[in-house]
Amino acid sequence: MKKSTALNAPFQPASFAFRDVTKVREIIARYPKGRDQSAIMPLLDLAQRQVGEDGLKSAKPYGGWIPRAAMDEVAKLCGVAPMKVYEVATFYSMYNLEPVGKYLLQFCTTTPCWLCNASGVLQAAEKHLGIHVGDTTDDGYFTIMEVECLGACSNAPMVQINDHYYEDLTPEKMVEILKSFRQDVIPPSGPQNGRKGSMSIAGPTSLMDQAKKAGVI
Amino acid sequence: MLNDADRIYTNLYGWESFSLNDARKRGDWDNTKDILGKGRDWIIEEMKKSGLRGRGGAGFPTGMKWSFMPKEVKDRPHYLVINGDESEPGTCKDREILRHEPHKLIEGALIAAFAMQAHTAVIYVRGEFYDEASNLHKAILEARDAGLLGKNAAGSGWDFDIILHRGGGAYICGEETAMLESIEGKKGQPRNKPPFPAASGLYSCPTTINNVETIASVPAILRRGGAWFAGLGKDEKNTGTKLFCISGHVNNPCVVEEEMGIPMRELIEKHAGGVRGGWDNLKAVIPGGSSCPLLPKQICDTVLMDFDSLRAVQSGLGTAGLIVMDQSTDIVYAIARLSYFYMHESCGQCTPCREGTGWMWRMMMRLVKGNATIEEIDQLLDVSKEIEGHTICAHGDASAWPIQGLMRHFRNEVEDRIHAYRKAAKAA
Ligand SMILES: Cc1cc2nc3c(=O)[nH]c(=O)nc-3n(C[C@H](O)[C@H](O)[C@H](O)COP(=O)(O)O)c2cc1C
Ligand code: SF4
Ligand code: FES
Repeated sequence: MKKSTALNAPFQPASFAFRDVTKVREIIARYPKGRDQSAIMPLLDLAQRQVGEDGLKSAKPYGGWIPRAAMDEVAKLCGVAPMKVYEVATFYSMYNLEPVGKYLLQFCTTTPCWLCNASGVLQAAEKHLGIHVGDTTDDGYFTIMEVECLGACSNAPMVQINDHYYEDLTPEKMVEILKSFRQDVIPPSGPQNGRKGSMSIAGPTSLMDQAKKAGVI
Repeated sequence: MLNDADRIYTNLYGWESFSLNDARKRGDWDNTKDILGKGRDWIIEEMKKSGLRGRGGAGFPTGMKWSFMPKEVKDRPHYLVINGDESEPGTCKDREILRHEPHKLIEGALIAAFAMQAHTAVIYVRGEFYDEASNLHKAILEARDAGLLGKNAAGSGWDFDIILHRGGGAYICGEETAMLESIEGKKGQPRNKPPFPAASGLYSCPTTINNVETIASVPAILRRGGAWFAGLGKDEKNTGTKLFCISGHVNNPCVVEEEMGIPMRELIEKHAGGVRGGWDNLKAVIPGGSSCPLLPKQICDTVLMDFDSLRAVQSGLGTAGLIVMDQSTDIVYAIARLSYFYMHESCGQCTPCREGTGWMWRMMMRLVKGNATIEEIDQLLDVSKEIEGHTICAHGDASAWPIQGLMRHFRNEVEDRIHAYRKAAKAA
């Protein structure tokens, strides 16, 4: 569970309107007739992305978050009381209730990642950026968060940066990645140690014919 | 070791594209119509014959689960819900299916839905899996374009489509009834059972919930026959192939498909390059994702990786996520970190879980330092027993088991730490 800070976030725009109304209609139409409430989560996600797009253009850039006005708009579109939407927005950890940096760094520190030096990777990022977990850099570029297992444990340690996973990290690699993001050059996501997906780095241990065909061995 | 010819997930590592063309070359969607043509009774019988047990953690027999759905569709439509929340620490297998083998999942969804007379399946993918959901979404669009979904899906005469629902970052939504709440657009808080989902599930309609790996394995099982699947594995209750996720202190962590019942040591040495520093450097393994009690080296030496073998040593196969810990591991902190996880992810509606998980974490953090009394270890175990079995969902149990496992096998180490702390305090 997480606590709600939405209603006292530092600045709250007075109104919110979805730009892509076709998309809004498509989202509501995904669900069976009369089940518009099911669209709350995807609409909150859409709102967060829209706010993020605007944030990139602002003088001090910021990433996606969900203002209260957007929650009210989602409630209206889904035909539910605003409280129903506040409940959802405050329950799920991916909905940001206040502005975050342009690049949101979510470090996994759960046991499998911890065993593989997640702490070292996180500390390297904190030191390089001069901030701690929960903080945003003054230039609005980076926010650091600590999160629970992201389901990529065989590629530990890892960090999620906005929508993508950076895996098999070392403290040095982490700093390189941050330097690149600071130049707005997005490095390729996925394993950072040269391996493919979750295959053993020493090469395939199964599916030998497929590996030969694919030129892996 | 499993023969390559018996492996289901031939694109596990994404060497080829996930798209329909390549999937077809791998054998997906090969005359699906014929499988459906054999009828629902045949499908369910064949699934029962295969011995497949759910791959989401609890290991419930899949064919039997399907047969709990009402035989006739009455006033309410039937639903299939596919669980791709994958948030149990140590688990990263459904991810590989979602991003590299989505057509196996879509085809399996059609077959399973047909067998349970559902026209709609909802696939719930954890929100953080953005790239994975995106591949799955593309694959769904391809399948629609090719007539494999929609009206008269795959020429079967059955209308079927898929709703892709992305989660919002909450482990508890992996619990099946919390997942239903989440799809309905609510907080993910588990429901009391009964009623069971087969009677009243999504939108109060008959619903079956299955894991991604369970459903994605269905087409291969029906194509090759239940007997083929049942012929693999350890015995008639632990059959087939399984995706194992190996993480932690091994030389080459990986995800790999192996035979159910493979010796743990063989699995780790053949596929993950062995334990860092050699097998003798092993301290303990959590064999099936974070909720399964850890096993010390002497059990790991010989234990087999299947539901019943692991249950016999007071642990479980769970999701088959092995978390390997070598001698250098602070085992008390390793488990304390899991206690933090369970505290953080409690949905908060039952008092024992909401309060107990926090209490256990704080206690565990004191034990990490040794700042406690010996009696407090028993107190901690008492609290874990008070939580276990006294909550709405199994999250409470899952928070208790890792601690119980730690004390079962490493109590000495915890006590040593307490003694050392006291000695140091006295000296100071
Ligand atoms: C706290 C909790 C979390 C769970 N998380 C997942 C999960 O992430 N994925 C999953 O498939 N099952 C998860 N389950 C198990 C599901 O409730 C359900 O048993 C499973 O999806 C059924 O599918 P199966 O029969 O194919 O295994 C979880 C259960 C609990 C109690
Ligand atoms: S056991 Fe915990 S997670 Fe499950 S319903 Fe109760 S409070 Fe929620
Ligand atoms: S523990 Fe970090 S991804 Fe699972």
